[in-house]
Amino acid sequence: MKNDGFFKLAVIVGAISWMAVFAFVPNILVFLASFSSTSSENFIEPGFSLNNYARLMDTTHLEILLSSLRLSGLVTAICLVVAYPFAAILARTRKPLRGTLLLLVVIPFWTNSLVRTYAMTAMLNSSGIVNNALLALGVIDAPLAMMYTPGAVVLGLVYTLLPFMILPLYAALERLDRRYLEAARDLGASPWRAFWKVVVPLTMPGIVSGCMLVFLPGIGMFYVSDVLGGAKAMLLGNFIRDQFLTTRDWPLGAAASVTLTVLMGLMLLLYWKSAARLGRKEA
Amino acid sequence: MRRLRILYATLVFVFLYLPLGVMVVYSFNASRFSMAWKGLTLDWYVKLFSNAALMQAAFNSLLIAAVAATCSSILGTLIAMALQRWRFPSRKVIHTSLFVMMMSPDIVIGISLLVLFMALSLPLGFWTLLMAHITLCVPFVSITVYARLLGFDPHVVEAARDLGAGEYKVFRYVVLPMVFPAVLAGWFLSFTLSIDDVIISFFNTGPTFEVLPLRIYSMVRLGLKPEVNALCAIMILITAVAVFVSQRFLKEKS
Repeated sequence: MKNDGFFKLAVIVGAISWMAVFAFVPNILVFLASFSSTSSENFIEPGFSLNNYARLMDTTHLEILLSSLRLSGLVTAICLVVAYPFAAILARTRKPLRGTLLLLVVIPFWTNSLVRTYAMTAMLNSSGIVNNALLALGVIDAPLAMMYTPGAVVLGLVYTLLPFMILPLYAALERLDRRYLEAARDLGASPWRAFWKVVVPLTMPGIVSGCMLVFLPGIGMFYVSDVLGGAKAMLLGNFIRDQFLTTRDWPLGAAASVTLTVLMGLMLLLYWKSAARLGRKEA
Repeated sequence: MRRLRILYATLVFVFLYLPLGVMVVYSFNASRFSMAWKGLTLDWYVKLFSNAALMQAAFNSLLIAAVAATCSSILGTLIAMALQRWRFPSRKVIHTSLFVMMMSPDIVIGISLLVLFMALSLPLGFWTLLMAHITLCVPFVSITVYARLLGFDPHVVEAARDLGAGEYKVFRYVVLPMVFPAVLAGWFLSFTLSIDDVIISFFNTGPTFEVLPLRIYSMVRLGLKPEVNALCAIMILITAVAVFVSQRFLKEKS
């Protein structure tokens, strides 16, 4: 029993200090950096000004921010609309088959997203599968230029992020007690009304976490826009990367990163609120 | 209605798998410059394995993934146990932060660690990348193990305590055997997270230590190449195996 207290203390102190060094301090540093300025000798010149946030609101920067939000919003909406019925079908499939289907969703979920983005180029290329198929079917006479368009970036993001929407929706729909739905129908609600008034509110935490898992990476995954969009569609992620690695304007990049973090905070609040409303508070 | 459902589910699966399938098929295509089928070949795989720089990057990736997965499994399990068994100040904050870290976009994590390493003036390379990947993986392990700990009867631990086991012994002989499947699942999860990561590696490693996803990134930006197809096919296979194995461990619930 002599080492009793020591082991416990060591684990607790270790856990707290690890979190402090790798989670809290880095984020505090970025936060501070977003209020600093830059100089030729130092990436970050300590100080306090809101200048970086003001610069982020310039017409050109604001345009990048807004178009990235719009693009990611569109991707999230498409993923939600495609994934919801799919997750519902999955949740209603019989047991042994369901496990297999779930595994088939999990494999792309974990497959390197760069590999999956690259796989999309082979589809969209001028000599790619889609063009060859359309040419063979006589739908088009000349290959369509699908690569390096904003549409290709949207498709690429939907492709890489769809599993991240399916899985939380599936988890929520699988937990859904179907008796509520039957009760609503017995009480005279139309299927449409029962869906909106019963199923949607009960699966809200899944909807919000799915949207979060798609929307936030949809802003940050700069390599998707690099590979599929050429230079045409710039995500906030490309902008942040360029500030840190090319332009070397760290304070501006930090301000953009803080903006992204604030967005995540807002979405997390929404998630906790929707989960608390159902009486199951997570984390 | 039933037919419609099957059709819809099939279409979604086709969307998910067609591009991957096409890429795997074309990794065996003899034609170098066009997408036209010119017959079966293993040339691209041979070429792949004779590319020294690529092999070094692949080795680096496997090394970092194995070490990061091992470290984060240990750290994540200890944190999960501390959160579940003991009451201490900042417990709630740590628990919430782990959840927030899991949700954080990679670019935010990558940037914040880059700033940390610069502030400490650490040269970017193996060690910084290792620390970054451990940071990426620990929350996933902790949450997985924590969920499994919640499912256990607390009386087992109490019985061990009553019989005179110290905290370390309780951990080593009671808690660890109970959660071991979750720890293993966490290890595989971390391994795939580390191998798959592009964004965090992009910011936290230097020219001295190149990893596979970054190598692929620079190859992909130069356009389609059959070797890349072959490489991607191998990576898909590795992921599929890792996912399959980790699901097995999680399923062994009882």
